[in-house]
Amino acid sequence: MSVHDTTGPLLEARGVNVSVDGRDILRDVNFSINHGEFTGLIGSNGAGKTTLFRVILGIQEHAVGEVLVHGEPLARANRSLGYVPQKVLFDPDLPIRARDLVALGADGHRYGLRRRPRALHEAVEEMLDAVDASAFADRRVGGLSGGEQQRVLIAHSLISRPELLLLDEPLANLDPGSVQEIIALLHRVSKRQRVAILLSAHEMNPLLPVMDRIVYVANGHVASGTTDEVVRPNVLSALYGHHVDVLRVHGRVLVVATALPVGPPPSDEHPEFVVE
Amino acid sequence: MTWLFEPGWWANGTVRTALLVGFIVAVTSAVVGTFTVMRGQSFAGHALTDVATAGGAGAFLAGVAPLVGFVGGGVLGAVAMDTIGVQRVKGRDIATGVVLGAAMGVAALFLFLSARTSSATGTTQLVLFGSIFTVSPSTLPDVAWMSAAVLVTLAVVARPLLLSSLSVELAAARGVRLRVVGVVFIVVLAVAVGMSAIVIGAILSTALLIGPPASALRVARRVGTSVALAAGLGVLATGIGVLFAYDSYYWFPSHRGLPVSFFVVAVIVAEYVVASVARRRTRSTLVAAIEPEGWT
Ligand SMILES: Nc1ncnc2c1ncn2[C@@H]1O[C@H](COP(=O)(O)OP(=O)(O)OP(=O)(O)O)[C@@H](O)[C@H]1O
Ligand SMILES: [Mg+2]
Repeated sequence: MSVHDTTGPLLEARGVNVSVDGRDILRDVNFSINHGEFTGLIGSNGAGKTTLFRVILGIQEHAVGEVLVHGEPLARANRSLGYVPQKVLFDPDLPIRARDLVALGADGHRYGLRRRPRALHEAVEEMLDAVDASAFADRRVGGLSGGEQQRVLIAHSLISRPELLLLDEPLANLDPGSVQEIIALLHRVSKRQRVAILLSAHEMNPLLPVMDRIVYVANGHVASGTTDEVVRPNVLSALYGHHVDVLRVHGRVLVVATALPVGPPPSDEHPEFVVE
Repeated sequence: MTWLFEPGWWANGTVRTALLVGFIVAVTSAVVGTFTVMRGQSFAGHALTDVATAGGAGAFLAGVAPLVGFVGGGVLGAVAMDTIGVQRVKGRDIATGVVLGAAMGVAALFLFLSARTSSATGTTQLVLFGSIFTVSPSTLPDVAWMSAAVLVTLAVVARPLLLSSLSVELAAARGVRLRVVGVVFIVVLAVAVGMSAIVIGAILSTALLIGPPASALRVARRVGTSVALAAGLGVLATGIGVLFAYDSYYWFPSHRGLPVSFFVVAVIVAEYVVASVARRRTRSTLVAAIEPEGWT
């Protein structure tokens, strides 16, 4: 569908800085996202994940730097981006069914009340089916459980056929079983529809099996690359500004801070520290 | 049925004008009110009635057509609210409160002045509690085109409005211009409120704006159904209100009719009670009966 070349990266952030009230939230952030890849955006509370999403969407104030999609500066509300915000609280009294919310993903920005074409109704069914939400499609969206709402929101953001889906902590507040289901679902959708995914989380472990690349945010800085390139003691220590160990146990990765502060290691001792 | 429709009901021109204007206003209020309730802007809606009151009182004082005063006042208030910061959720209540306070002061002044200067002692009564039986037939076209303008404008912004009522972030990500949609809506709200202030008075127009939509939203599952149901409930309340107010003239030996607004609000409250009960009891069957496939 895209007329753009698919050889370069899908999205590229160059020298992004955000500072609010004199406080730096993100400093010189550079990374790229490739077509169809699954990228995990990992960082603790307040690291700047939501801010980074807002920068990508072009709705973050006080942001400098460049975000290029297909090598071109981002237009407002770019059609190639789908977005599921972090906390969406739906009023249970709104008479809007799950399927209505999905349809609004296609025409919610349009003026006028033209009748929805049959093709749209079909696309809604298809999306609901793809996220296993058909069973509760006719219920009010405000009355659905967190996991059910998450599915409907994914369908809402996928129906406009974006090339990149931005998901801000879609796994928070889900039980471990639902976490696995949503990850499997996203992986499936991403492969089938060839949509790249940038998903934020505190915890990287559930994502390890599906993650192609990682963007790790800490201290306002970002390190990106494959998991093996980024999740290393020297890279993460440089990022955090103090020494951390990376432990691998039973297929899980644990990043632990060393009890004794050893001072920030100068970054030239760590050539692997890619702020790229 | 003659006991219900007292003598002269069908032939009375005043009654006919009252009903026509009343129905137009009821439908407009219901449609606008549905979005008002969904957006959680009932407080702004109420404050705008007070601004309309100030406008209406000013119109009586200046000898201008009341409709101009009510609607003009409301729109000015809407613009003031937006300027102060109604578009930020947090700033909303503050902006609304500031405008509300100012409007009530101005309204009090105007009403006081007109009570002193004009011989029409009923101005306060008229402005606050409505004057549907005094609406002149020449007002009808004005009410009709204003209503049409309100409904067409709402139809144009309906979907962005709906999405931003659901979640401002989802709307922003879809490219909805939140500020534009917000301003358009509050001006539309002001016009609707000004119109309904003519019918049941400034104070009670909130009831017509919020009551029927609140009842409809309790039972409907879709926005389209909710709007249609709210319009029906508003028309019913207005019709019954006008009828009983007319009849009440014959109820007492003194021949002093009760105000329309009392009956309208009484019916609205009754509807809300019924809707609340219906939501709990027969929700699925009721909803299935009134919602054919294909509604949006
Ligand atoms: N509007 C704002 N004004 C001032 N500071 C802000 C604003 N928005 C975010 N911040 C600050 O920016 C930093 C990053 O916030 P952000 O919401 O991006 O973090 P996050 O990684 O998404 O955190 P979480 O995991 O808790 O969602 C925080 O320190 C936060 O306090
Ligand atoms: Mg966040």
